[in-house]
Amino acid sequence: MSFNFTVSPSFPAERISDWYIFNTWLQRSLSIPIHLELHDGFDAQRAAIEAGQVDLIHANPFDASLLVREKGFRAIAQPDGAPDEMVVVTALSHPAQAIGDLQPGTRIACANDPCVNTIGRILLEPANLNADNTLEQQRSTYIQVAKDVLRGQVDVGFMPVGAYRGLSSIVRRELKVLVTSDIQVIHHVFLIGRDLHSRADDFVRILLSMHETEKGQDLLSALGATRWQPIQQEDVEFMIDIISTLTQ
Amino acid sequence: MLDMPPPSNAGGAIEHRLDYADGSRRRVFVTHVETPYPQGRLIVSRTDTRGIITQCNQSFVDMSGYERSELIGQPHCLLRHPDMPAAAFRDLWETVQAGRQWHGYVKNLRKDGGHYWVFATVVPNVRDERIVGYTSVRREPSREKVAQAEATYREWIRS
Repeated sequence: MSFNFTVSPSFPAERISDWYIFNTWLQRSLSIPIHLELHDGFDAQRAAIEAGQVDLIHANPFDASLLVREKGFRAIAQPDGAPDEMVVVTALSHPAQAIGDLQPGTRIACANDPCVNTIGRILLEPANLNADNTLEQQRSTYIQVAKDVLRGQVDVGFMPVGAYRGLSSIVRRELKVLVTSDIQVIHHVFLIGRDLHSRADDFVRILLSMHETEKGQDLLSALGATRWQPIQQEDVEFMIDIISTLTQ
Repeated sequence: MLDMPPPSNAGGAIEHRLDYADGSRRRVFVTHVETPYPQGRLIVSRTDTRGIITQCNQSFVDMSGYERSELIGQPHCLLRHPDMPAAAFRDLWETVQAGRQWHGYVKNLRKDGGHYWVFATVVPNVRDERIVGYTSVRREPSREKVAQAEATYREWIRS
């Protein structure tokens, strides 16, 4: 029996091959067959989760909420480094200098990432902007979001900090960050489903020692981390409680 | 809970007595100084079922004006501002103790007697079908909503 592994589709496109390498490393370390399926967007990933086709996942905090509370997934580890933050950007030439300058009717470009979009919406609240007085246009990639902002087709764009930093310096020079979230407490997390609970200790052991080999270090670096950190189930429950305050 | 010491530059600070639901009282000194909400941040804290602070993030520490060590172990009502009507907190407690989420606009008291406004959401932490504590997340409110809340709370206190 092969287990299905996936990654919340908010990671930069250039890391696709690194996740395949990670999957190979994981299979060899655990001596179990694991199939990596990278879904084309959050809708496809959610459909796979609902269909019971996900056994392991590197999940964003919003997916983690669903998986832990409703699907019985267990937290194994989280990557170190900066927590998940996002930016609201506008074109350098746009008259808005701060969130408070945005007016009803503001046009927003975003990808189909519920985590980033929820936080983006919260960052617009101080300007009294909400779903009723703004226009949202969803794009497939964050590069398209940046293009829409630069062409003036929208007023602002939502994107994760990692995606913003991944834009070329030429593009970034033409953008202006109106606000960067500083939430501090929500992270991606590595989860395993019920069929793998009996192997939880093995997952913890190999992930937490991954940085101890040169190959492991290289792979972690490619994925944007230096090591995996232990995480208690209660840490994830707390993060989920925080997420629940943001989504209602 | 200890009384707030009079501020060293007490000019303009007004003394108030706060009465809490458990019968305890606290003397506080309040100024009109508002600390702007820091852009992009969320203020996060967690309490036990009695409202004692068990965990908080750096934004909570920064905005309260206290040291982290002065906050952990203290009741959350340490931040209660005299302009907040008791009825608002009664509603909060009744809602979360019933296992539901509460949200509303809150004027919080800083250690220095100043204040800051937040839009707060409080959720019960349910583990094994039992409430074991509460998590509160505050975010930046719009000035329009703050003005509405100020007017409403003034009316509640008057009546």
